[in-house]
Amino acid sequence: MYQFKNSLLAAATASLIAVMPLYAQTPNNMLVVAQNIDDIVTIDPASAYEFSSGEYVANTYDTLVRYDALDTTVLAPALATDWEVDAAAKTVTFTLRDDVTFHSGNPLRGEDVVGSWTRVVSLDKAPAFILTQLGWTPENIEDMVTADGNTVTVKYEGDFAPSFVLNVLAARPASIVDMATVMANEVDGDMGHAWMNRNSAGTGPFSLGTYRPADILSLDANADYYQGAPAMERVVIQHNPEGATQRLQLEAGDVDMAKNLDPGQIAGLADVDGVRVETYPQAAVHWVSFNQKTESLTDPAVWEAARYLVDYEGMADGMLKGQMKVHQAFWPDGFPGALTETPFGFDPEKAKQILADAGVETPINVTMDVISAPTFVEMAQALQASFAQGGINLEIVPGTGAQVITKYRARTHEAMMLYWGPDFMDPHSNAKAFAFNADNSDDKYASTTTWRNAWMPPAEMNEKTMAALAEQDADKRLTMYLELQQETQAEAPFVIMFQAIKQVAMRDNVQGFVNGATSDYVFYRLVEKE
Amino acid sequence: MALTEGSGKGRERASLPPWIKTTALTIGSIAMTMLGLLFVTFIIGRVMPIDPVLAIVGERASQSTYDAVFLELGLDKPLVVQFGYYIWDVLHLDFGTSLLNARPVSEDIARVFPATLELATLGIVIGIVIGVPLGVIAAARKGSWIDQVARVLALVGYSMPIFWLGLMGLLIFYGILGWVGGPGRVGIFYVDVVPSVTGMILVDAALDGNWDVFKNAFSHIILPASLLGYFSLAYISRMTRSFMLEQLSAEYITTARVKGMSEWDVIWKHAFKNIRVQLITVIALSYANLLEGSVLTEIIFSWPGIGSYITTALLSADMNAVLGGTVVVGLIFILLNILSDLLYKVFDPRAK
Repeated sequence: MYQFKNSLLAAATASLIAVMPLYAQTPNNMLVVAQNIDDIVTIDPASAYEFSSGEYVANTYDTLVRYDALDTTVLAPALATDWEVDAAAKTVTFTLRDDVTFHSGNPLRGEDVVGSWTRVVSLDKAPAFILTQLGWTPENIEDMVTADGNTVTVKYEGDFAPSFVLNVLAARPASIVDMATVMANEVDGDMGHAWMNRNSAGTGPFSLGTYRPADILSLDANADYYQGAPAMERVVIQHNPEGATQRLQLEAGDVDMAKNLDPGQIAGLADVDGVRVETYPQAAVHWVSFNQKTESLTDPAVWEAARYLVDYEGMADGMLKGQMKVHQAFWPDGFPGALTETPFGFDPEKAKQILADAGVETPINVTMDVISAPTFVEMAQALQASFAQGGINLEIVPGTGAQVITKYRARTHEAMMLYWGPDFMDPHSNAKAFAFNADNSDDKYASTTTWRNAWMPPAEMNEKTMAALAEQDADKRLTMYLELQQETQAEAPFVIMFQAIKQVAMRDNVQGFVNGATSDYVFYRLVEKE
Repeated sequence: MALTEGSGKGRERASLPPWIKTTALTIGSIAMTMLGLLFVTFIIGRVMPIDPVLAIVGERASQSTYDAVFLELGLDKPLVVQFGYYIWDVLHLDFGTSLLNARPVSEDIARVFPATLELATLGIVIGIVIGVPLGVIAAARKGSWIDQVARVLALVGYSMPIFWLGLMGLLIFYGILGWVGGPGRVGIFYVDVVPSVTGMILVDAALDGNWDVFKNAFSHIILPASLLGYFSLAYISRMTRSFMLEQLSAEYITTARVKGMSEWDVIWKHAFKNIRVQLITVIALSYANLLEGSVLTEIIFSWPGIGSYITTALLSADMNAVLGGTVVVGLIFILLNILSDLLYKVFDPRAK
């Protein structure tokens, strides 16, 4: 027995010694990122519609125009050197760069633009609706988009502001793919979709290295990138769903960047040498909505009272510190046309008075669905406490994201706490969601916040939303969106509370990381290590 | 009379060699078990309040996109028909495509199961190597300090949340001491360095003769495997102790001692020999539980195993992935049962 114990101890000691020299900083030409990437469904830009796949597409593909890494708030030339808009003819004519090659070495051609967009519209995957807004269908797309040498002519159907059209063409599904390579890998008429879920065929600063779902995604630098080769020869995104262990990896120097830390974990890094936290405002707004199919929630006084039952400052400075800021309009701060006024504060007495004046009987008992992720559940609990002070009792119904969305789409919820991020960086993306509803019938499905909550905006609001979409004068257009935001603040069954903030912790030597307002504007190409 | 004749013919037809009957019964039993398992899982998946189409297309896709995927998934057909199609495909070894990553489920399982197999196997080895001797010693020295230590270890193992223990383990052994590798199966510089033959990195590295990769992979697996091993040993040691106590109080043990046999021989050659069959059941159950995948351990250690794969799939109504995973888990239990039966026959002549 004594011998056995000794052997056991010796084996354990030997094992530990054998694995001791483990620390290694990442090399200067490689960026290692710890991130939860299990949201990725596909990486084909024709179907990629998740946060992490958006980041991937932004770094491997280009669009004709884009919000570039150098300034993510300005629409800049990308694969197109210039363009002309003829609003009367509803046409945009692009001139392509002549010095761009795909990762395969194939040169960029006008036919690639036509083919890429035809592919998106024909495949009709999740993000296709962004392009089909322009009146494109599988049947007409090849007439609507034509190429002649380095010139691409784009036609659209509908009364749209030029900026709206350009914003649509800067969106993720408008990415240009190497059609020769893609179609060479077509199987059973899938337009190369299966192949594109394992490979990249873009012009972007990186090409796909390795991708294993919920495991690893690595990018290899494109040395021939037309805006210059990235300093990082490789970017490795290691899947790690747990913030606590991301933090350990960052502190140990095994990763350069940790992207999913909660406020407590961020706070814990304050005194850690060699690590800093960067903050990036995001476009997503967080809100509570009231389904108008629930009788007790149809009185506008309830909506108005609810706006005074959120402890905005308390939540933003407390549990949400560094993760969200107070914002009460549908278009996010930091973008042209955003309404930054925050007229509502936590005032339970005023809320009670509003309900009493309107003759609304309290308490009002209502269920509120919420995604059962840590921050959301805490937010819901805070709302439960503050709403109760005004006579509105919220019963929290937590569920997985898929459960909540299923219920929301079916319009069977009562109240809902969720968030909304624009599909592309044009105010119409959010105005359509919060201030427009063409038809409130159950069978007229729409993915907007208005339809999902069975709310029919006043006719004037609907008309103004469409008028703003068509407005050719840029300044006047922004003024119209400001007015729409004020009107929804006053008249809609939504309580918009916060705008998201992204916090990314990184090693001190990492510079040049760009994290724009959405996942489509996360760029690694300017990253350097000092 | 007719019945008698019929019975007689039946007896004639049944006069096949016993091993054929046994094999046929076993195969039939496995097939029925798998069918039942799949049916129940399928129904659970379909009655969950989750729309699988939304899991694929997202909440903002157009109605036409939604409708196309709805039809593509065959959701317009009755449940029984959907299940029939699924079984037909499975019989052709087609487990379908995962809704969550658009890849064949068989490919996913081939990727995630070896990760779990490697982790669970090392875990159960740790559990057996420490748990069995600990249980035997605790029983042999009942009431002694080592018995108390075993009791506390088991109690902690039963009651401590694995999530917390995993995080503490990482904090101490990875974050502070730097003795082990961090989350993930292998360090970032060793990813895909050795060709994947079995999908188990330790094995693949050994086959390739790349001992740097082996060492790095070992540094990553040792902590989660020890954690799983600890939870197994808590169970195995307590059960071993209980079985041993029963044996050590038997008359044949007293007789052996009276005859002057050494305590070592009494314990290991007599008492332990008689608990082997029971231990096989305990170990097989522990191993099967580990092979199902420990979701929390996989999350903490970023281990791409079958536990988190099935759980994520279930929460998104990705039924192809869930059913594919269920087939694997079901087969594991069946195979371990068969293995246990075979081992019974080896260790217990009466079972022959």
